Amino acid sequence: MEEAIKVDSLVTHYGERQILKNISFNVPRGQTTVILGGSGCGKSTLLKHLIGLLQPTSGKILINGRNIAGMREEEMNEVRKKMGVLFQGAALLNSMTLADNVALPLREHTKLEESTIGIMVRMKLDLVGLSGFEQFYPSQLSGGMKKRAGLARAMALDPDFLFFDEPSAGLDPVTAAGLDQLILKLRNVFKVTIVVVTHELPSLFMIADYVIMLDLGEIIFAGTLDELQIAEHPKVRMFLERKPEAEEYSPEDYFKFIAGD
Amino acid sequence: MMRSIAEAFFGTVGRRTIASFRALHDAAKLINTTFYWTVIGPFKGKTVRFHASVSEIVKTGYNSIPIVSVIAFFVGIILALQSAYQLRKLGALIYVASLVGVSITRELGPILTAIIVAGRSGSAFAAEIGSMKAAEEVDALISMGINPVRFLVVPKLIALMLMLPALTIIADGIGLFGGFFLAVTALGIHPYNYLQQTTSSLMLKDVFTGVVKAWAFGVVITIVGAYQGFKVEGGAEEVGRMTTASVVISIFMVIVFDLFFTALFFYFT
Repeated sequence: MEEAIKVDSLVTHYGERQILKNISFNVPRGQTTVILGGSGCGKSTLLKHLIGLLQPTSGKILINGRNIAGMREEEMNEVRKKMGVLFQGAALLNSMTLADNVALPLREHTKLEESTIGIMVRMKLDLVGLSGFEQFYPSQLSGGMKKRAGLARAMALDPDFLFFDEPSAGLDPVTAAGLDQLILKLRNVFKVTIVVVTHELPSLFMIADYVIMLDLGEIIFAGTLDELQIAEHPKVRMFLERKPEAEEYSPEDYFKFIAGD
Repeated sequence: MMRSIAEAFFGTVGRRTIASFRALHDAAKLINTTFYWTVIGPFKGKTVRFHASVSEIVKTGYNSIPIVSVIAFFVGIILALQSAYQLRKLGALIYVASLVGVSITRELGPILTAIIVAGRSGSAFAAEIGSMKAAEEVDALISMGINPVRFLVVPKLIALMLMLPALTIIADGIGLFGGFFLAVTALGIHPYNYLQQTTSSLMLKDVFTGVVKAWAFGVVITIVGAYQGFKVEGGAEEVGRMTTASVVISIFMVIVFDLFFTALFFYFT
């Protein structure tokens, strides 16, 4: 397995609080890696580190062999041209049409003719099933369409890496499944290395090749989807079987707690 | 007990000091980045966004002309009335022209324009950047390798650096006309005498110092609006709070800079 991203002893803090506690893992090239975990486990923070929005306290993040931790902005921007990111709310620029949104990375980073950019924009929008919506503004679209448009923008520069932050969040099951299909298509057709942060089990089983599971800032599982199914770690089992956390206090402790002792 | 009070006191002072130094550092960084992308960036192949700048010029400058004109006209009238109230007693009514001319061009033209623009555009900058920050749009720009300061702030800075002096000149002209209008109608001063008095007391220097001030106010309003916008971390509520803060802070900063420039021009021109 050739690694596309290698994270080595990553530690991060938010103020005084430690969020990620010395984690290391590899992301295989040309596959879909799902970063799994409950709310507040640090998975969104981890994603922000992978795309260079946050700087770690210590540790290395190697993308195609280059360490992006502490990298200068100009160098980082070169790396970013090879990355596409779909944010949770799609993060389209609301003041621009879909065509302008998708064209933005092309206009900023290439010297292509406007006519060529127009063709590429229509290709990307067609890829995500949004042909004919070029002149629409993001506010005129549904949540699912916004995400598709966000994906078209992320694909604009034909990246090697695609990052998804909670792709199914806020979508109905049918739309979410459609987006999952699209993620599969991108992996199969374009051989993109995909990293998806999610806590949705149906999505996980549909798209994942490789799974990393986080709990309280630590990795509790890393392996293929098949290995995940037979993993014995109790937290993994709880997550897969949708069991609630055990009661934190015994009744006596609870009384002590509310009495303020 | 004494020690804990002292601890609390110094603790608070320390925290406040650290927080204000951090704010100062962030603001200085923003000013630095903004001017880098306005002045040096274009020579490194990262051009200023021309269409966005034009659109900001229309929004902040052209669209402010009506309100600036009306207010300047009224202030011109008010100033003429107020000065006539005193000058009439001395039989020196003609000096209304000098007073209106000098105080509009040196002081009231620039500062009224700046306050209107701070309320209209400074708040809009903070709200726009703040809501983009809340919706992860700023993160999206960064992840596309686009510097958000260059993309969002530079067009606004260019717009205000050009438009605030331009609006000030309009305000000067209309304010002077307001004073003239009142003097020739209500005060019965002969138009020729009024104009004669205005031109003899008003110097080009007066207009020029006002325009220099206006330029500085433009920079101040843009930076404060952008700074407050980028400070947004949470959701809609914080956008509202930062927008309000941007208006209050930019009006305050405009007056601080006004004091500074007025003192400077008083001693050095």
